[in-house]
Amino acid sequence: MSKSYEELPLTPISDTPSTVNLTGLWRVMRPVVDKSKCKKCMMCWKYCPDAVIVLVDGVPVIDLKYCKGCGICAEECPSKCIVMVREGGE
Amino acid sequence: MRMVMTGNYASAYGAKLARAEVIAAYPITPQTSIVEKLAEFVSTGELKAKFIPVESEHSAMAACIAAQTAGARTYTATSSHGLTLMHEVLIWASGARLPIVMTNVSRAMAPPWSVWVDHMDSVAQRDTGWLQFYCQSNQEVLDTIIMAYKICESGGVMLPAMIIEDAFILSHTSEPVDVPEQEVVDSFLPAYSPELKIEVGKAMGFGSLVKPDQYMEFRYKAMLGMKEAHDRILRVEQEFKHIFAREHGGLLERYRCEDAEAVLVAAGSVAATAKDVVDALRDKGMKVGLARMRTFRPFPQEEIRAIASKVDGMAVLDRSYTFGAAGAMFTEVKASAYSGQKRPIVKNYIAGLGGRDITPKILERIFEDILVFTKRGEESDVEWVDVAGLPRKWR
Amino acid sequence: MAKTTIPEEEFAFPGSTGCPGCGANLVMRYLLKGLGERTIVSIPACCWAVMPGYWPSNCLKVPILYTAFEATGAAISGLRAALDVKGIEDVTVVGFAGDGGTVDIGLQAMSGAAERRTDAIYVMYDNEAYMNTGIQRSGSTPWGAWTTTTPVGNTHDYKHESKKDIMTIMQAHRIPYAATVSPAFPEDFIKKVEKAKKIKGFRFLHALSPCPPGWRTNPKLTIEVARLAVDTRIFPLYEMEQGRVHITRKGKGLPIIDYLKVQGRFQHLTEPEISSMQKAVDDSWIMLLLKESSGT
Repeated sequence: MSKSYEELPLTPISDTPSTVNLTGLWRVMRPVVDKSKCKKCMMCWKYCPDAVIVLVDGVPVIDLKYCKGCGICAEECPSKCIVMVREGGE
Repeated sequence: MRMVMTGNYASAYGAKLARAEVIAAYPITPQTSIVEKLAEFVSTGELKAKFIPVESEHSAMAACIAAQTAGARTYTATSSHGLTLMHEVLIWASGARLPIVMTNVSRAMAPPWSVWVDHMDSVAQRDTGWLQFYCQSNQEVLDTIIMAYKICESGGVMLPAMIIEDAFILSHTSEPVDVPEQEVVDSFLPAYSPELKIEVGKAMGFGSLVKPDQYMEFRYKAMLGMKEAHDRILRVEQEFKHIFAREHGGLLERYRCEDAEAVLVAAGSVAATAKDVVDALRDKGMKVGLARMRTFRPFPQEEIRAIASKVDGMAVLDRSYTFGAAGAMFTEVKASAYSGQKRPIVKNYIAGLGGRDITPKILERIFEDILVFTKRGEESDVEWVDVAGLPRKWR
Repeated sequence: MAKTTIPEEEFAFPGSTGCPGCGANLVMRYLLKGLGERTIVSIPACCWAVMPGYWPSNCLKVPILYTAFEATGAAISGLRAALDVKGIEDVTVVGFAGDGGTVDIGLQAMSGAAERRTDAIYVMYDNEAYMNTGIQRSGSTPWGAWTTTTPVGNTHDYKHESKKDIMTIMQAHRIPYAATVSPAFPEDFIKKVEKAKKIKGFRFLHALSPCPPGWRTNPKLTIEVARLAVDTRIFPLYEMEQGRVHITRKGKGLPIIDYLKVQGRFQHLTEPEISSMQKAVDDSWIMLLLKESSGT
């Protein structure tokens, strides 16, 4: 729905956080974390390009609203406690 | 203080009095002395500004855009190939709604190489969204730079402006110029304080990507800005007149047009010469007038229509050729005149390209020609004046 | 919980429209972790002009100035001049441009900004082609790579020109600090950013930015590829302070084939071609070691 010209600023200024873009909808594969194996090394948090991993007591919690399923966290995890599973059925 | 100075120095003094804060410029004949003078003002501390000696005109405008977005009042100057090199970012500046002020010393385009006056460079930027002021005197150059900042920085306008000096005729010719006192200019022109600007810690992106469902509305707003500029120019000039006791004719300066049978429309220094020719011809009983196109943007549509409704014949002198159906200024004048009840005959003269002198004699012949075709009731659309090899002699 | 080895605070929101596994996303993330909130970023036409999302979406917590393609060097000059004239201090001005917008169309403006000793950090995120427009070759595309304008095809027509050596170009500008960084080594990356932040004048960071669609890699391998680039020494990690080379990570010295075999854009290369590439990489590495030891 287009905004009326009267409601617009003079020039397009972006001031809304990008959290409006639910990039989780792009996903084909989803990361699943096995907390029991997690060594709290924080590699996954460090390497996530989209910063959708937060550490809760050192253990990764992945925000699936935004996770694009790139698989970097699973690939880089030294304990192999993150597995990528296919969306929409195992 | 009354001084004798060139048009280029008038530009430099104008920018200095307007307290430009960031100046980014690249040298090109015949603009160079503007930038040299400003560099001098900055180095002595007379002008508290940052001077960026950029490595190209495109970068000059890009640097001004960035600085203006961060809240600084900016100025630059260029000419000819420098202006055309900037074309991409000229459009950016107006789309970004930044009230940058620039002097363009209007000079011919190559090839052939030429350093002399020609309006093709300026006219070719008529699509960029910049206000365009074509000056006829060095006084007007200085005054218009100061006025332009006030016009453009007003919330309803917020568009950039170019002040056009004819190469060498104004830029390098000395004339008496009244240079106002800084305090008086300060009382007329307040500091630049935009509503929105880049601020540390404020997460805003300037110049973002917009989908088809919203782009048009931004362009519409820019159009409204140019429309508002029409009234704003007149109001600011009245304010200027009130303080400095000078004005320069608004958007279209009319000289002896009230009872004219035929009117010539022209821009730049040639219009000043044409006024003398009008006086001489009036003494001989010929009822002619001169309408000086002071602003080509915003286009003085109402003013042109007002003249067209009263005269039988009009002519437009284009000091440029832009390969259209006819000269650029002529085309827009004729289109404006067309929608009136009374349609005068309108003819186009292409003259003075590449610095070819448009003498009083040539102008006399042009006025005579206008009266002839007005009486005859028909015109031959476009005529190139003073081209060797064409049958008609003008000198 | 153990302390994080890189600053914890994030300066980007989720929801950027970069591809899954985008190296450029990481480059910006690490850069801003090192620079902090008092930063203004100038972004020309490139992937990052689009990644914050359509208006009015912004994925960064710092102000962004979007500019025309070739204008980054000029824009950072203008930004710094405005901040100076207004007396606004303690702000890092950053030009964040792609390889095309730096070594090709943006070279003139950047060179001018460097020559004028503009007080800013210029970051070239190098995904080694014009990726935003669909993987066309740039001056920074490495020898041997497939791109859409060096399409291999029947004529084996990959990119036959060498990658422009932007770090040597910056060395010739005699700037106070330049460094190469890779997202596979975030501690090294951010340490260099923090170091650059403290220096006045023109600073340059060359960031390797693996691009899954452009390099034909599996998105999950972005870090692995960025690591192999350093370990095979095709993208060594070093600094130049006042032009003096200092290698910050020697890398394992793995054969170049390890780097090439995980990227689809190099699959067409024959053994002799890979050998010649190995030799070129070896020669460059020796040159870099010589630069370091000779103190120039």
